[in-house]
Amino acid sequence: MSISRRKFMKGGVAAFTVSFAAPAFLSDIARAQGRSRRNLVVLYLSGGNDALSTLVPYTDAQYYARRPFISIPAANVLQIGSDASGRPLGLNPRLTGFHNIFNSGRLAVIQRTGYPNSSRSHFEGTDIWSTADPRSPQGTGWLGRYLDQLPTPVDPLTAWSTQRETPRTLMSRTVGVPSITNVAGYAFASPNGGADATYARETATRISSHVPVDQPHLAFVNATSQAAFATLDRVAQVGTYVSTVPYPANGFAQAMRMIAGAMVRGVGTKIFWVQTGGYDTHSAQNPNQAAGAYSTLMATLNDGVFAFYQDLQNQGLLNDTLILQFSEFGRRITENGSQGTDHGAAGLMMALGGSVKGGIYGTAANLQAGTGNPTLENNSGDVRHETDFRSVYARVIDSWLGGDSTSILGGNFGAGAPQFL
Amino acid sequence: MELMTPAQDRPPQRTPRERGTRRGEQSVEHLLRRAGFGASQEEVDFYLELGFSGSVRRLVDYEDAPDDVDSLIGTPGYVAVTAVGGFAPATTIAHARQRWLFRMVHSQRPLQEKMTLFWHNHFATAYTKIAGAFNAAEGSRYMAAKPSEDPNGVKGQIEVFRDFALGNFRDLLVAMAKDVAMLVWLDGRTNVRNRPQENFARELMELFTMGVGTFEESDVYAAARVFTGWNLARPGNAYYTFSYVANQHDTTAKEFTFPIYADGGRTIAARSADAGMQDGLDLINAVARHPATGPRLALKLYRYFVSEVDSPDERLINDLSRLYYENNFEMKPVIRHLLLSSQFTAPAARYARYSWPVEFVTRAIKEVGWAGFSVNDTLTPLANMGQQLFEPPDVNGWDLGAGWFSSGAMVARMNFAATLATNQRFNLRERLRGQARTPEALVTLINDRLTPSPFTSDQHRALVDYAGAGLTFTGSDAQLVTKASGLAHLVVGSGAYQIV
Repeated sequence: MSISRRKFMKGGVAAFTVSFAAPAFLSDIARAQGRSRRNLVVLYLSGGNDALSTLVPYTDAQYYARRPFISIPAANVLQIGSDASGRPLGLNPRLTGFHNIFNSGRLAVIQRTGYPNSSRSHFEGTDIWSTADPRSPQGTGWLGRYLDQLPTPVDPLTAWSTQRETPRTLMSRTVGVPSITNVAGYAFASPNGGADATYARETATRISSHVPVDQPHLAFVNATSQAAFATLDRVAQVGTYVSTVPYPANGFAQAMRMIAGAMVRGVGTKIFWVQTGGYDTHSAQNPNQAAGAYSTLMATLNDGVFAFYQDLQNQGLLNDTLILQFSEFGRRITENGSQGTDHGAAGLMMALGGSVKGGIYGTAANLQAGTGNPTLENNSGDVRHETDFRSVYARVIDSWLGGDSTSILGGNFGAGAPQFL
Repeated sequence: MELMTPAQDRPPQRTPRERGTRRGEQSVEHLLRRAGFGASQEEVDFYLELGFSGSVRRLVDYEDAPDDVDSLIGTPGYVAVTAVGGFAPATTIAHARQRWLFRMVHSQRPLQEKMTLFWHNHFATAYTKIAGAFNAAEGSRYMAAKPSEDPNGVKGQIEVFRDFALGNFRDLLVAMAKDVAMLVWLDGRTNVRNRPQENFARELMELFTMGVGTFEESDVYAAARVFTGWNLARPGNAYYTFSYVANQHDTTAKEFTFPIYADGGRTIAARSADAGMQDGLDLINAVARHPATGPRLALKLYRYFVSEVDSPDERLINDLSRLYYENNFEMKPVIRHLLLSSQFTAPAARYARYSWPVEFVTRAIKEVGWAGFSVNDTLTPLANMGQQLFEPPDVNGWDLGAGWFSSGAMVARMNFAATLATNQRFNLRERLRGQARTPEALVTLINDRLTPSPFTSDQHRALVDYAGAGLTFTGSDAQLVTKASGLAHLVVGSGAYQIV
């Protein structure tokens, strides 16, 4: 619940107030810290993605037996070969762009990612994936802690959430991450024009510079305003971005387009957060109808990501870009009476980008129910994790962001990490 | 500037009154920001007459206040609504949003609306899924229709919350288990014997009552089976309504890891299909009575009404929780105790909450003014601030407190302040004409009207500098149009105004 989040914010704000930098210096810092052009786009599928409908074990008879209505026929999947256990796998038929990227060797699919005693709660599960701390998922986010490790003061545009809320993954002790959903709306308005508008902006900036240590909540709000004033003009440059390929009109694709614009304009952001929802498919998944719920989810995902991928390729930025996809849990193996699936355990992560070593990582579960099947849990109801999601994070931190995963993750998860970077 | 009316022709200059100098004014304003949506000057005057405890009584025992707010929509003197082709909240969600905002601004039962909002967030249900399952008009109907305006007497979910605003929580849980929008939202409508559906069962325990960590996966399975057959019917193909479908109910016994009955029994015994609906009522009684539910509700109410900054006094949480159980889950004694508690009335509790976007918007309308303004013009700004009524992000509700304040949302708040101040600039001039001879006096008048948390002297200086910037201040009409609206924008858009 969010009670704990508020507790955290209260604790986090005090640190925030002492390390916030004066906005005037921030763009210099952005330039200094921008020596690496590498960036990371975290892509969250909100609601608990049904991994078995994204990456289909199309030769497993149990997959068809346990999902009489919602399984995807073998003939329809986009085959990508077999995993190390010899299990042939196929992508959802709607993931044609992902298939294309896989074939070019730049998509890594990492099967059965999760952690012991998986939470089936959306909120606890999301907090666990966000904090990378299954035991106490109330603190800062794993990327927030990465931000905390950067030399201070940190430019407020170092990270950018395209959601209205700052996700816990980006919650940091020292950096207020801006949420910018729409570049055009991210501008200062005033009742009056001309000189008075200039006075108004100067005054609002001056008022927000007050960060009272004895009122952490007011300090937090004012610091949020400061972050806005420090970033307005740079973000405005993104608004004029003309993409090299058309993007679909939906919110997710437009967020991807905005991220591409920020990268091309070089505003200094290293970490982007983007999400797309609707994955809590308790009923009527309909993955076999073109307009079915799950097909629509895959279409939105595929078309937004593939436009972005091609755009960056055209802009020469692909090698500096990593997209890392996750969801808070996978879903139950057996479909429910509503032709949907309830909350399950291990899921699927994907990584893509010009520097990714593509391929299939990990092994598929054996979906045969029964005792003694080590790939399942919860009385064979759910898929058991094989790869700890923290080892994937460790690989990203160590091999992409250049951070120290052991201190950020509170343990050495790098040793057994899949080598997709 | 030389063409101004000579000073002697104006009404006698009033000395700007210091904020909240009338006895009890600050505590009544605090009460109305928390138990309501802020207050216009007329409302402050009205409640000030009643005194603090009289005001609490008026707010809590709201049955004694008129319930005529809907009849005022579209009449002069109130904030406007915008509806092309007729105002139809029962079938058009944008109109339903406007009606609710209108109620927040003008209801004489503000606490009823405030608790309705609380329950909307607690049982967070989103219009989009209902509209997707049926269609847009049906979505609005099951979220917001009043029985009096629906051909089949359908009562939308929000009207259920209004009925139960300070009512019995256990009964509200039962009403939600049968609510059409909820049955669609958490898929109860498809929860049947052979393939139980866990969605409602899980959230009933995790979010609506006991909280995460108080139950096991086996409880989720058992609870899903308890609610098998709690589905929908569609009489005469005219409307959806709750229906217990006996032959879809799982009649076998259900075992739980926590007590279901007062004697400690953890098993709901096998029942015949016809009697099987009692399973769900037994479980709802159990989760309402569960020892984690009272404290969890108490803490949530504390955060909503008292403070998001200070930790609650354990004694207060215990008292609220005890009242909840002692009064058989009635909320009215709990809220009355909360509003009269010393923690609520303490000066430290003032400005100790982050305003929700709808609180921010409605308070600004009440304090800046509304003549010629339409609540329709709040809908897009509210979405940009992160709160669309009838559209919480997920079943956990909105991310409250500091979660409201991303930089993008803050820009949206500042820009709404600009929109409202621009719209009200002539009204502000009329109200302030002749009262401000100096920039200092104008800032004092604006702050008195808008009740932000106190500015520091530096911030106050910044506002005064703004009021005098680019002109020689005379208080002329032209200057007031510019500077009163400019100041209203800056104050409403300031950090100090965002906390309530």
